Order: sequence, then structure tokens, then C-alpha cells
Amino acid sequence: MSVELSFVAVLEQWPTLLKGLYWTVLLTVLSAIFGLVLALGFAWVRTSGPLAARVVVGAYVEFIRNTPFIVQLFFIFFGLPSMGFKLSPEGASVLAMVINLSAYATEIIRAGIQATARGQIEAAQSLALSTRQIYTRIIAPQALQKVWPALVSQIIIVMLGSAVCGQISTPELSYAANLIQSRNFRAFESYIVVTVIYLLLAILLRQLLNWVGPKFLFGGVRG
Amino acid sequence: MVDFSTWDIVRNLLLALRWTVLLSLLAFVGGGLVGLVLLVFRMAGRRWLSRLVAGYVELFQGTPLVMQLFLAYFGLSLFGLQLSPWVAAGLALTLYTSAFLTEIWRGCVNAVPKGQWEASSSLALNYIEQLRYIILPQACRVAIPPTVGFLVQVVKGTALASLIGFVELTKAGTMITNATFEPFLVYGWVALLYFLLCYPISLYARSLEGRFNARG
Repeated sequence: MSVELSFVAVLEQWPTLLKGLYWTVLLTVLSAIFGLVLALGFAWVRTSGPLAARVVVGAYVEFIRNTPFIVQLFFIFFGLPSMGFKLSPEGASVLAMVINLSAYATEIIRAGIQATARGQIEAAQSLALSTRQIYTRIIAPQALQKVWPALVSQIIIVMLGSAVCGQISTPELSYAANLIQSRNFRAFESYIVVTVIYLLLAILLRQLLNWVGPKFLFGGVRG
Repeated sequence: MVDFSTWDIVRNLLLALRWTVLLSLLAFVGGGLVGLVLLVFRMAGRRWLSRLVAGYVELFQGTPLVMQLFLAYFGLSLFGLQLSPWVAAGLALTLYTSAFLTEIWRGCVNAVPKGQWEASSSLALNYIEQLRYIILPQACRVAIPPTVGFLVQVVKGTALASLIGFVELTKAGTMITNATFEPFLVYGWVALLYFLLCYPISLYARSLEGRFNARG
């Protein structure tokens, strides 16, 4: 049996691909921003919050880290509406990705905080900085700098994980692939094209984040 | 509509859990074997060979597992390869696992001091013997905790096999939801069962880590 591959048939549908790319990037950006902010808060609670809050955040982190993303997504999208909490596919996708990333990032940032030198905190205290200032100005930037490579990898994993969101009809890249192959029956070609886009996106995102972190997030820290 | 008691739901989910466990073990063992072969290639000192393995790792770590599964199941059928969901899921997950494990293990082999290589080569051991008797036994000690930890990722990865029609825990959850219209309850149980499966593995990996650290 001879097979004729036709990538043109897939690339012809570039508007669909472009829309998918837009959504994948948007989901990733939103979840990275909200996920990291949430994680910075959780990591603080985890290291210096009251005991009860520490236990609750710990349970949250462990539960999210030990269940598959797709089940979390289905629970939010299909399960929560029966409790009267209804979300659009896009909203459910963002929520699931934020929750997922925040749990992993909490654990990563916590490791960074625990590795922050004791003397840094004592020095800040002796300068009469408030507890909040010490965290946001001294501890958090240094912790972020230490664990940034791990966070970048985690953000990329979440970006790749967003391919599942197409299953609840969020119009991201994998959804575009399914749509295109249902139109022209070019399953192999459309999955290959989209997989290559994901690969390029992953490489680009790593470059971008490696630049963004030192430039904007912890630029003042001298290693 | 079928009448499902909570026990019926849990019982059916537990039955489906078998396939999650089996597929995880298949992918883990298969991925381990392929990963080991890739590791040997990567460490062999031939530049083109180690580049090839590095490319393989980048490819599988830089693309979504969903796409790998779709390509294995829907994509290959174009070439006349009608794989069953079992074979397609097993294949995709094995390759995916092998890419991660070979990368984890490479780090562990690199953690073995260079003097060990030099000493063993001065004892006239060849490359395979060096690996077998000197390097791997030492690297294994370092490698066990992250390898066990990665098993959790594999178990969670098998949930995606549901998307190509493999009836494991997640797919069973979807099917039961379609029969009972109780997504909150069913997906809640699905999540709980995954947690009960994965959390002990995570704890075990962590305790191994602590143990190896203590010994230095």
C-alpha cells in the first residue's frame, strides 16, 4: 500500500492552526502568571504560616501532584457544575492549569526559600523591614532565582499538558489538529504539524523564560 | 437509566484500576529497558550517537504526550498499521518513559566520579564491563529515588490513554459518568483512587531520598 503524505492540505488550514496557537499561548501565559503568584503565596504559608494553614496547603499540593491533570480538568469542567459552579471550557482550562502549576511551583519555591541563607533574613530584620517586606523583597527574589530553571521546566510541562484541554473543546492546538483531521482525514499530517509546533513552542518558551526571569523578576539579585 | 449505587461506581472503578496499574508497569518496565539501551548509546563516547539520543529525549520531552498517543494510534493507521489501543498506548508510553528515564539516569552516571572510569579502564575493563561492574552499581544508588518518583508521572500519564479508547481508570470514569450523570461523585472517586495509588509511591521515593542522603 502506498501512502501519499500531503502536508499542504494541513497547512492550507492555517487560520485554524493560528487560532489554536493563540489559545495555547494564552492559556500558558495566564496559568504561568496566576500560577506563580498563587505559588509564591502558598510557599510563604507552607514555610512560615500558621500550622493549620500549613497542613491545608500541604494537602492541596500533595493531592494535586498525585492525580492526573486530565482528571482535575474533568472534575472542574464536568463535576463542579453539578455543585452550581459553571465554567466555560476556556475558563475551566485556565483554572485547572493554574491549580496544577501552583501546586508544583509551591513545592519548587519552598525548596528555594529553605535554601535562602539565614543571614539574609537576620540582616533584613536588623534593618527593621517588616515581615512582608522581608518576604517580598529579600526571600522571594532570591528563592526565585535559585529555582528558576526548575520553574521554567514546570511551566513548559504545563504548556504541553494544555493539549488535554482540547478534550473539553477549548480551541487550543490539539483541538485544532483534531478539527483539521476531521475535515480532510489527514490524521498523521495534522498531528505531525501540530506536534512540531508544540516542540518549537517549548524551545522558544524556554529561551523566553530564561531571559524574562533575570531581567524582570529577580534582576537585582547578585548570585 | 441504569441504577448505580456508590458501591457499584467504586467497584467498577476498582476493576478499571487494574488496567491503569498494568499499563503503568508495562510502560515503566519497557521504558526502563529502552532507556537503559539509550543510556549505553549516549555514554559510548560517539558524538553522533549521543547527539541522536539527545535529540530523541528533546523530542519526547518537548511534545505533549497526548500528541504522541494520537500519532501512535490515529497517525500510524495511515500506513496500514492498525494498532489496538493496548499496543498504541503501550508503545507511546514506553517511548515517553524511556526518554525521561534515560535523561534521569544520565545525570546519575555523571555523578559517579571520573576517577572510577579511569581506574577501571586502567584495570583493562572494556566499556561494557566498566558500566556493568563499576559505574552502574554506583549510579544505581543515586538513581533509585528519582526513578521511583518518576513512576508517579507514568501512572498519571496512563490517564491520557483514555483518549484513544483504552479503558483504564479515567475512561471508566467517563463511561460511568455517561451512565449515571453524577460527574462530581465519579470524578471525585477517580481522583481519589489515583491519589491512593500515587501518594504511597511519592512517599516511598521521598523516604529513599532521605535514606541515601543520610548515608552520604
